[in-house]
Amino acid sequence: MTSNQRLDQIQKHLTKMTSSSIFQDIELAPPDAIFSLTARYKDDRSPQKVNLGVGAYRDDSGKPWVLPVVRKAEKIISSDPTLDHEYLPILGLKSFRDASAKLILGSNNRVIKEKRVVTAQTISGTGANHLGAIFLSKFYQQKVFLVSKPTWANHKPIFDTVGFDVREYIYYNPKTLGLDIDGLLNSLKSAPNGSIVLLHACAHNPTGVDPNHEQWKAIADVMEAKGHFPFFDCAYQGFASGDIDRDAWSIRYFVDRGFELLVCQSYAKNFGLYGQRAGCLTIVLRNSETATKVESQVAKLQRAEISNPPLHGARIVNLILNDPMLYAEWIDNLQIMSSRIKEMRKRLFEKLVELGTPGNWNHIVDQIGMFSYTGLNASQAQVLQEKYHVYLTSNGRVSMAGLTTSNVEYFAKAIDDVVRTVP
Amino acid sequence: MLSSRFSRGASLFDRGVRSKVFPTSNVAFITSWAHIPQGPPDAILGVTEAFKKDSHPKKMNLGVGAYRDDAGKPYVLNAVQKAEKKIVEDKLNKEYLPITGLPSFTKEAATLAYGADSEPLQEGRIAITQSISGTGGLRIAGEFLSRFYPHNKKIYLPIPTWGNHNAVFKSSGLETEQYRYFKKSTNGLDFEGFLEDIQNAPRNSIFMIHACAHNPTGVDPTPAQWDELSKVIKGRGHFPLFDMAYQGFASGDTNHDAYAIRKFVADGHRIALTQSFAKNMGLYGERVGTFSIISESLKEKAAIESQIKLIIRPMYSNPPINGARIVSYVLSDPALYKEWLGEVKLMADRIITMRNKLKYHLVEDFGSKYSWDHITNQIGMFCYSGLNPEQVDRLIKEYHVYLTKDGRISIAGISSSNVKYLAEAIHEVTR
Repeated sequence: MTSNQRLDQIQKHLTKMTSSSIFQDIELAPPDAIFSLTARYKDDRSPQKVNLGVGAYRDDSGKPWVLPVVRKAEKIISSDPTLDHEYLPILGLKSFRDASAKLILGSNNRVIKEKRVVTAQTISGTGANHLGAIFLSKFYQQKVFLVSKPTWANHKPIFDTVGFDVREYIYYNPKTLGLDIDGLLNSLKSAPNGSIVLLHACAHNPTGVDPNHEQWKAIADVMEAKGHFPFFDCAYQGFASGDIDRDAWSIRYFVDRGFELLVCQSYAKNFGLYGQRAGCLTIVLRNSETATKVESQVAKLQRAEISNPPLHGARIVNLILNDPMLYAEWIDNLQIMSSRIKEMRKRLFEKLVELGTPGNWNHIVDQIGMFSYTGLNASQAQVLQEKYHVYLTSNGRVSMAGLTTSNVEYFAKAIDDVVRTVP
Repeated sequence: MLSSRFSRGASLFDRGVRSKVFPTSNVAFITSWAHIPQGPPDAILGVTEAFKKDSHPKKMNLGVGAYRDDAGKPYVLNAVQKAEKKIVEDKLNKEYLPITGLPSFTKEAATLAYGADSEPLQEGRIAITQSISGTGGLRIAGEFLSRFYPHNKKIYLPIPTWGNHNAVFKSSGLETEQYRYFKKSTNGLDFEGFLEDIQNAPRNSIFMIHACAHNPTGVDPTPAQWDELSKVIKGRGHFPLFDMAYQGFASGDTNHDAYAIRKFVADGHRIALTQSFAKNMGLYGERVGTFSIISESLKEKAAIESQIKLIIRPMYSNPPINGARIVSYVLSDPALYKEWLGEVKLMADRIITMRNKLKYHLVEDFGSKYSWDHITNQIGMFCYSGLNPEQVDRLIKEYHVYLTKDGRISIAGISSSNVKYLAEAIHEVTR
């Protein structure tokens, strides 16, 4: 063999030895809890199965519901020959952004007139949370980020991955199944000055427990004294009470109090646009000079991650928010959804009372929005799954949207059974 | 006037911050953003902004890389329109996609890129996710490599490269390094420099390579050069990340444009790849793309996929549905697929025609002293004209022709009605 052949042979040999994968040490990460719950539900053959897991609205037949006004808007869009698929600007569709700011802050809010508002179209609520978080991680001095205990499962990873020190503030009282306002205020008081505080604007996920106006005022007082920064997550405007302005009250109150703050808006639930990923990040600043600078920096961050946001969902929302007739129809559609949810809460509560199920069930009707923290524990949730084919997360969170007139009684009886028989 | 509440001693937050009394209350608030600088306008997108403000009748936008038809208008593909009609008719719902996107879309996209007879594809070893077009794919790639690549967290980029590459990889936590690619003196490939830099980079470095229609230069290696690159890169144990934003759009032939990635895969590289359907399907704003990586085994693929999900979930949860549905329809329906191939060829051919005409006018009509061969040698949306910043400035100010400072021209912005004007303008600033 020639020396070249020998060299070739050695190289092949070495290559073989090192051909084990560079990624062989990657660990199999646990699957997302909520998505795997849905997967188990899908595989379940029982005709009585009920999906109370993922937070997506369902109509009274348990089917996804595309809002009639959204179908209308899509027809208009698809028959418009002037519309194409060109890139949006980095910060998104301008009229969509402007309409989003008006929707959340009120169309006559002086901060809009004073040009103190920065908006960026985002990939639904998650995208807004993420963009808001990276902006703060780069330009805000404090690294402590307070989230409610409990909060949406994805919040901690969102803030964690961009380098924040995520801590919990007391929120839910498992004994009263309501708000622990004293615990909340104490948590905020004992946190370092200037902490960022995540606030659910309405329809708290996962508990359904919202502060009332007096409680919001007390929260604002403490946050003002501590110089904390409000980070609002608003995924249910209009969906919670059926009233756009009522659901945005907390945010507008803080703006009126003079806070600088940011709001993450999602159009997934209130427009039923889930997979279209329509959302907006709205930032209220002290003055317009700062707003201009902040806008440029937010654009830079967005460019380095997605370049520009997706077109379709924003077009739909834009059309509806800016057309008075479509807007009115949207409000109607919103009320259909929110009142069906309220009706399901009422029926479930009434059935439980009728059955004499042990415990106090007022929280079912006192809580608001898609979710209810039932107070059921993990073992009870497991039995509900295995015996009754009712799927809910192990923290006892129920998506009310999954209840229908044909399954609410079945669910009530199932709860009754597990409360009595499963410790 | 400082309220006494804030004189508790310096905290990380209080330090260096101005205090300002809010007029309608007696409580002091702290303005926290005094230090934020104004960010620079985006170099590429800023060109379009300037173009829009210009009212000159002969103005030309040769800035951003979006295809235009011969009337200078955006072109919505017929195959796309048909797919959209079907989608509206099907009255599909808008439920969340899985984190990694629409399965029928990613399946078709993988087949398009790797080829139906690709071994890792047939063996199910390609971990793939839908992404927010090419940019989103690159961001996931960068994050994935930053977290899991077991060697230097450093990525080598060609000189020059797309203006946004650096920012995306920096955002992912990777350091960036450069390799020689474009040779100014020939307006062609610096093949020797490229090979040398491959050899000189530490073993097991990450190399990002444009699969076809290099942006911004339009200079691609030949198949023979790709063969050699594959060998040399393998010899150094480097990890190739391919960015493919122009499959089909470069030569008009989707298989030809995928030559490099398929050769590398056939040679045993376990590549990573980002795909964009912005240009070849004209779906720009719908943000359709993929990120994929070849794994060693099904077990590893599952592990990789699970980690990709953990990257995506806290960034945006799941990707937008509309564009993915369109692409899925087009690629899976034989008639639409055939129509699409025809339209991609049409777009590519129009670009090639404009290149030919531009060179012809420069050389034949205006008698330019340069050969301008690189205009027709280069491929894809862009041409690295070789113009310097002063010449670019003159083109903008005197001729209202808008392009980026590096002399990059988007050929798609040229039409038969203004190609001669452009030739004249270029001739005037270079004579």
